[in-house]
Amino acid sequence: MSKNPFVKLLRLLFFAVIVRAVILVALGLTVRHRERLPKDGPAVLAGNHNSNLDALAIMSLMPLRLLPKLRPVAAMDYFLTGGIRSWFANKVIGIIPVKRGSGKEGGNPLQLAEEALDRGEILVIFPEGTRGEPEILQEFKKGIGHMAQARPNVPVVPIFMHGLGKALPRGSLLLVPFNVVVSVGEPLYGTVTYSEFVSKLQRAMTDLAAAEKLPAWE
Amino acid sequence: MTGLFGLPANVGYATAGIYAVLIAATLIVWLLRRREPGERYQELADRTESWWWMIGAFTVCVLLNRTVAIVFLAFISYLALKEYLSLIPTRRIDRSVLLFAYLAIPIQFYWAAIDWYGMFIVFVPVWMFLFFPALMALRGETKGFLSAVGTLSWGLMMTVFTLSHMAWLLASGDKVNPVIGGVGLLFFLVVLTQFNDVAQYCWGKLFGQHKVTPAVSPKKTFEGLIGGIATTIAVAAVIGPYLTPMDVRWSALAGAVLGISGFLGDITLSAVKRDLGVKDTGGLIPGHGGILDRVDSLTYAAPAFVHFIRYFFYP
Repeated sequence: MSKNPFVKLLRLLFFAVIVRAVILVALGLTVRHRERLPKDGPAVLAGNHNSNLDALAIMSLMPLRLLPKLRPVAAMDYFLTGGIRSWFANKVIGIIPVKRGSGKEGGNPLQLAEEALDRGEILVIFPEGTRGEPEILQEFKKGIGHMAQARPNVPVVPIFMHGLGKALPRGSLLLVPFNVVVSVGEPLYGTVTYSEFVSKLQRAMTDLAAAEKLPAWE
Repeated sequence: MTGLFGLPANVGYATAGIYAVLIAATLIVWLLRRREPGERYQELADRTESWWWMIGAFTVCVLLNRTVAIVFLAFISYLALKEYLSLIPTRRIDRSVLLFAYLAIPIQFYWAAIDWYGMFIVFVPVWMFLFFPALMALRGETKGFLSAVGTLSWGLMMTVFTLSHMAWLLASGDKVNPVIGGVGLLFFLVVLTQFNDVAQYCWGKLFGQHKVTPAVSPKKTFEGLIGGIATTIAVAAVIGPYLTPMDVRWSALAGAVLGISGFLGDITLSAVKRDLGVKDTGGLIPGHGGILDRVDSLTYAAPAFVHFIRYFFYP
């Protein structure tokens, strides 16, 4: 993220005005269990992934006071392709890049994310790794388990969302207004093995989804 | 006779009256909460706080100026349509069709605002009714076609056509209501319909015994219904002559129209919620539910009152 005060102001205005107007007014969130959201960092907000708006929706759940600490973890190959897109992702959205698949080469793809947690920042992460088919939950990747284990004192809060995949699905540039249901789960901690943690988190997400009465979308 | 903001003095008195009732209600809830803190009166407190927001937004927007008022009413219609489309089963193929459905809102409210009654009254039930099925047919997906067409048409009627009657009443009311204007008629309609909801709720809570529609809305009782309508008729008879061109007897009759149609709108939306398996239509208004939970009675009361007064009092 930028230290430049002009860019910082731009980021604040972008989130305070444009993001909130789109997410809270044009779409509208119905938030369940808002009290379960962390009051401060470090923390991890783990959402299900259906739309490019997911990260912005989760970020608008948090007060603007915490905006400087909010960092979405995003795929380097998708967002950092150079030019204005990279600049916007880095400076305005404030992403932490992750190199997909680099875990298999022996590196830690979430190194930068873990460092951010050590600085007390709040990560927004999508354990499914990709948006996939809109409004269908996919199996979680293992990275979140490793990260939780490496930082066992940091709460990982599952956040289930429904509606953004209808409003702006993958492959579409047309925003169609739909209400969004956001259900916040109890925080989980990485005090178990990484694979146990991933299945616990996945189960928590499935339970949050099952508690909602969602209309068909076929 | 004009008062604040160049508005008719009677509208000013009506606004003051609404806030007086609101302050009294807030005090009662505060006393109840003081006597018994905890969960029991939490919902009532949430509801009362939400009333402040809703009445605040309504009075400010409607009193500020005509354009702001129409945009405000159109925005309510937008929220209602969005809530409806988010609750019902929809087809992926219809995503862009639904965007057109939203575009119907500014157009319909424009006809209302310029008081073009002929277009206002046919735009949704004729033109949109014909347009959307044809559009969906041209896109070529026939699976689930009838339910997609049916739910969209009904939704547009309920959230756009019926609610836009409020805007038309505001725009057209000046010519039949020379002293107080469209604002007076809109106040009469909205305030009494909402008051009727609260009155039916209170009478039902206090004396409710015999259920009216146990399968649809188990909380509705004959005691609540009759007590609520009687109270609405009484209040209508008192305020009608000051806000509308109607005398005491016509005002009382209009109160009955509002009370009965409001109840019918309420149970119709309740039946939809039952069918979809949801308790509330959304979470926009704490203590009340969604926007449709709040305007359900207006979806029936607005057209019923508008066509009642149009038939008997418009030239």
